[in-house]
Amino acid sequence: MSYTMNVTIWLLVVLIFSFLFFVVNVDFFGRQVGAPIDFEEVTVNSANIEDERDIENAIMAVRRNGIALKGNIETNHNHPPGYKSRNLLLRTSLDLYANVVHCKTIPGVRSRHRDIDIVIIRENTEGEYSNLEHENVPGVVECLKIITRANSLRIAEYAFEYARAHGRKKVTAVHKANIMKLGDGLFLKCCKEVAADYPDIIYESMIVDNTTMQLVTKPQQFDVMVMPNLYGNIVSNVCAGLVGGPGLVPGANYGKDYAVFETATRNTGKSIARKNIANPTAMLMASCMMLEHLKLNDLALLVRDAVIKTIGEMKVHTPDIGGEATSADVVQNVVRLLQEPIP
Amino acid sequence: MIPGDGVGPELMLSVKDVFKAAEVPVEFEEHQLSEVQGTATPSKLEKLLQDMRANRVAIKGKLNAPMEVKGELNSYEMELRRQMDLFANVVRCKSLLGCATRHPNLDLVVIREQTEGEYSSLEHESVSGVVECLKIVTRNKSQRIAKFAFDYATRHGRHAVTAVHKANIMKLGDGLFLQCCEEVSQLYPKIKFNSMIVDNCCMQLVRDPYQFDVLLTPNLYGNVLDHVVAGLVGGAGVVPGESYSADYAVFETGARHPFAQAVGRNIANPTAMLLTAANMLHHLKYASLFLCSLNLGVFFFPLSLLQVRTRDVGGYSTTTDFVQTVIDNMRPSIH
Repeated sequence: MSYTMNVTIWLLVVLIFSFLFFVVNVDFFGRQVGAPIDFEEVTVNSANIEDERDIENAIMAVRRNGIALKGNIETNHNHPPGYKSRNLLLRTSLDLYANVVHCKTIPGVRSRHRDIDIVIIRENTEGEYSNLEHENVPGVVECLKIITRANSLRIAEYAFEYARAHGRKKVTAVHKANIMKLGDGLFLKCCKEVAADYPDIIYESMIVDNTTMQLVTKPQQFDVMVMPNLYGNIVSNVCAGLVGGPGLVPGANYGKDYAVFETATRNTGKSIARKNIANPTAMLMASCMMLEHLKLNDLALLVRDAVIKTIGEMKVHTPDIGGEATSADVVQNVVRLLQEPIP
Repeated sequence: MIPGDGVGPELMLSVKDVFKAAEVPVEFEEHQLSEVQGTATPSKLEKLLQDMRANRVAIKGKLNAPMEVKGELNSYEMELRRQMDLFANVVRCKSLLGCATRHPNLDLVVIREQTEGEYSSLEHESVSGVVECLKIVTRNKSQRIAKFAFDYATRHGRHAVTAVHKANIMKLGDGLFLQCCEEVSQLYPKIKFNSMIVDNCCMQLVRDPYQFDVLLTPNLYGNVLDHVVAGLVGGAGVVPGESYSADYAVFETGARHPFAQAVGRNIANPTAMLLTAANMLHHLKYASLFLCSLNLGVFFFPLSLLQVRTRDVGGYSTTTDFVQTVIDNMRPSIH
């Protein structure tokens, strides 16, 4: 696979099967494990703010294929207000309403808490990310946060279904209804309504600030968490930090028709780009989630075991989790494990 | 003194006990205001504001805001802040000696704008089933809090200010906040300025909190960050906080929590409220009182060594045990 290196490569953030390093890796795996997958690559150039063809092209590709593996696209906040975040555009146009992040401590990776196993389910399409802002008077900006009953019910149902399907015991709704009484109040009400249909699952609610405090002191108390958009963003980052950082945790975005897999914290990591030190774990794990979604469970298990063994038992660690290995080292090690004959 | 809800009244009792023992010449005017118990009325609020105009300083517990809507979206807690224009909330999270946490020797400050942003109480249901919440960011208030943060950093010998935002999504709103911070930072060349997106900031906080010094945030992010850092140094029970306006100072705990499930069980940790009270004395600036505050502060260390701990920090002591130990240890050094 060859790439023409762009001088401003850090701006050229690549999308869908082409997050430079990861793609090569994942593709490589495809070959190693003999996964019946062909990658179609689409790149999106975030430097070009006028042109929306790139992203439209990408969206079309996802519509075509149904699923995607994706890196994050840089959003420069100095762009004009009319510019929409490419990531957001992709999520909203494909209606990928549920973002699922599973934070689990990996034995062998040094972290401050043990036995964390939290699933964060985040509403991905509305709330604070509505892109509705205006300056009524100079110096005064209004940002609109939109909460709808339909979307809140939908995400709550998703969360409870997920909990039931994965044998989870508890769902915690995270909100700020003491301040946003109508908006977050509606979200909370919807969660409560849905909870009534799932008597086998414990339902709790918690205010977002308290949640983050509880997370850093006693994260083991949480099981499945469901929340609106921005809180989900914050809480998933806190959790990812607790289990070892952005390089380890995968995330998935599900809609009715499509699924897009990416890293949980959606970083571009441009400061470490092209240095061969990025941790490929998160993206590899995301590819496992993708395989599972395609019902290729055996393959997913195979790759996941190899990755966990590599960073857990064998301690092939990139600098972000305190090691000195390069991205390539991790990948090679995983590949070697995959090549070993299965006992 | 506004005891508030939950364990607030119990904590205030501890403060009064300690002040009495230390012979601190401070008299409290008490205002019972509670929205959940229905004792908050506009006339009471008016009386409170009148007293504030005379006293200028208050110590306060958390006024719990009920989640049900009863016609009024604005909670009394917010009303109080808005009426007094308490725009700056300062929470200094410092690891306490002997209070075991996962990150030792932490010392960082969160400065939060707390009068606008997401807490505007402007919400409406445009179509049935669709709610719009307004978040307001203004240039004036953003500049004001930025200036406050840099002044605070200068005065307290801090070297870096980090503005926390989500301008990649809210390009106009948080963009304005960020722009104001940048403008103000140019007037303070000695203080390093950088900015960070709120989600990344939270992750960095739990991974490597030592990279931060002063965090400058709009309202909601500040609320979240306050709690994250409070969690890092031992929880809501040990972190003091304060809110300032141009005229008033209100002292309250760093993580504002009613902790209602602990009411009457004598298990609440009074450390945060006592440190808050000490900070209040410091603010009042009487030499002798300052000494008291020092004493109050200093004697938390032996406390932790003496293993008098409430449940939240891994002990079995009661609130009254704790207060008694503070008093016992304080007395000799005053006389």
